[in-house]
Amino acid sequence: MCVPDLERKSLEYRKKILKYIKHASAGHTGGSLSCIDILNVLYNQILHVSPQNFSDNNRDRYIQSKGHSVEALYVVLADQGFFPESELETLCQYQSHFIGHPTRKVPGVEQNTGALGHGLALSVGTALAGKMDEADFKVFTLLGDGELAEGSNWEALLAASHYNLDNLVVILDYNKLQITGRNKDVMNVEPLLDKFKAFGLAVREMDGNDIASIKATLEDVPFESGKPNLVIAHTTKGKGVSFMEDSVKWHHGVPDDAQYQQAQEELDKKISALEKLESK
Amino acid sequence: MEKTLDLKYTYTEKKDTRSGFGDGFLEVGRKNPNVVGLCADLIGSLKMGAFQNEFPERFFQTGIAEANMMGIAAGLSINGKIPYTGTFANFSTGRVYDQIRQSIAYSDKNVKICASHAGLTLGEDGATHQILEDLGMMKMLPHMTVINPCDYNQTKAATIAIADYEGPVYLRFGRPSWPIFTPADQKFEIGKAWKMIDGKDVTIFATGHLVWEAVVAEAMLREEGIHAEVINIHTIKPLDEEAILESVAKTGCCVSAEEHQMNGGLGDSIAQTLIRNHPAPMEMVAVNDSFGESGVPTDLLQKYGLNAENIVKSVKKAIARK
Ligand SMILES: [Mg+2]
Repeated sequence: MCVPDLERKSLEYRKKILKYIKHASAGHTGGSLSCIDILNVLYNQILHVSPQNFSDNNRDRYIQSKGHSVEALYVVLADQGFFPESELETLCQYQSHFIGHPTRKVPGVEQNTGALGHGLALSVGTALAGKMDEADFKVFTLLGDGELAEGSNWEALLAASHYNLDNLVVILDYNKLQITGRNKDVMNVEPLLDKFKAFGLAVREMDGNDIASIKATLEDVPFESGKPNLVIAHTTKGKGVSFMEDSVKWHHGVPDDAQYQQAQEELDKKISALEKLESK
Repeated sequence: MEKTLDLKYTYTEKKDTRSGFGDGFLEVGRKNPNVVGLCADLIGSLKMGAFQNEFPERFFQTGIAEANMMGIAAGLSINGKIPYTGTFANFSTGRVYDQIRQSIAYSDKNVKICASHAGLTLGEDGATHQILEDLGMMKMLPHMTVINPCDYNQTKAATIAIADYEGPVYLRFGRPSWPIFTPADQKFEIGKAWKMIDGKDVTIFATGHLVWEAVVAEAMLREEGIHAEVINIHTIKPLDEEAILESVAKTGCCVSAEEHQMNGGLGDSIAQTLIRNHPAPMEMVAVNDSFGESGVPTDLLQKYGLNAENIVKSVKKAIARK
């Protein structure tokens, strides 16, 4: 898929994320809008994963450690054909298997995640299994930045490096915000680049809301033979909706009717602008 | 004193149950190429060295990072692999409870959590390492199977048997040298209680090291004309409720015996079963809301009442309440 097509998909995904969060009156809006471009490129460009090969042992694995941004994942999985999108109308409702954090009850979901600090160790184990089997698959995991305060991540990085897991790709959704406020005020995680390098990882930085930047970076994996890959994706929480961008209150805010309409209109305008650009 | 008793089960050799695990682990590794080992820097203590030597490509050292080991084991359980994790029981449970809950139990991963040095019989290292709450923590988790074998042979058999069961298992064993009184060729059936001695006056439900104490207690009681039934509850969960109810319906009262806190242990599970189905007088031999301390195992078991003498006393109390 070419970059403009992916860009358009991102905007459509954003519209759907808002639609289902609005419908459910619940959800993690800011984080889902922050990471959706990464998921878009992963599922449409990078991952060898589809409903057809989901029982294939050699499929790529995507494990979303920051499970609270589940709406982004569900919307992308629906688009990939894992289940009809209309099922998302039951999101977070009683008796729905579309639970508020990723669950394997939903087709396409690899791991139950959501309690922070667990996804990376799981991913290390899965990458280790791939090495044992001399399999080609890669393991991708998405971390949140607030989540980095969980010490379990650093234990997992030690092991990833110790076992030379160059089939592991860790992507940090670095929007610099978490539920209470800015990372630097809650618990400073910087200097990240130096920390990751010191842990023996091959580190790249990218604009995590820029399709071309994401695509170029992820297509370059493995960055260095024998080293786990770590991508610092600089993102904006709430990306794509003016009043949600870089605002802590949209961590799990649900738009009211007026806000919802404004958000959808803003995204529609961006789609129109893209179309105009393409027709030129 | 044991020597003068007419014991229904006897032994010629003593060995630690952790060696039963180590030998069973090597054997199941030879039988099943999907079995994988992980250890958090306690390979010697867990007796995992023989497996590691024979199958280095199927063994992973995680360093002293037990939480990470549990997460890695869960992630490793793809494509048919059966990870066995090894560390002490306290580091296998309390330290890593959230990892087990989220990534193993909730996700129903085929991980075997193998936990050594459980209970007071760890001995000299004292309270920090003597976990007495692990069975309770593990049995509370949905999807988790909880097994606490009684001697070397049963631990070895259980270690081999759990590979054929699909789902998370907590396997608990210990450090002290202990009588080997069950047969080497036993068939280990998860969830199936084993009636070791038939009796009519009281049932003693015992698990782990305390099964031996129950066997000794039965002989002591018989000298006084009391005929105790002894049932080996090697699987705490799923509990063999049928066997428990059938026995208590016959004997009319019971005693539970375990190297664990009274709160949350085997006794709790049995009491729940009885209350819901067939209320009967029951006494519990267990640690009563206390941490452990340093000492040789027999002294500690004596002090905390986890021995044949206290089982005998508890039996008499239970019978008196009939
Ligand atoms: Mg963040």
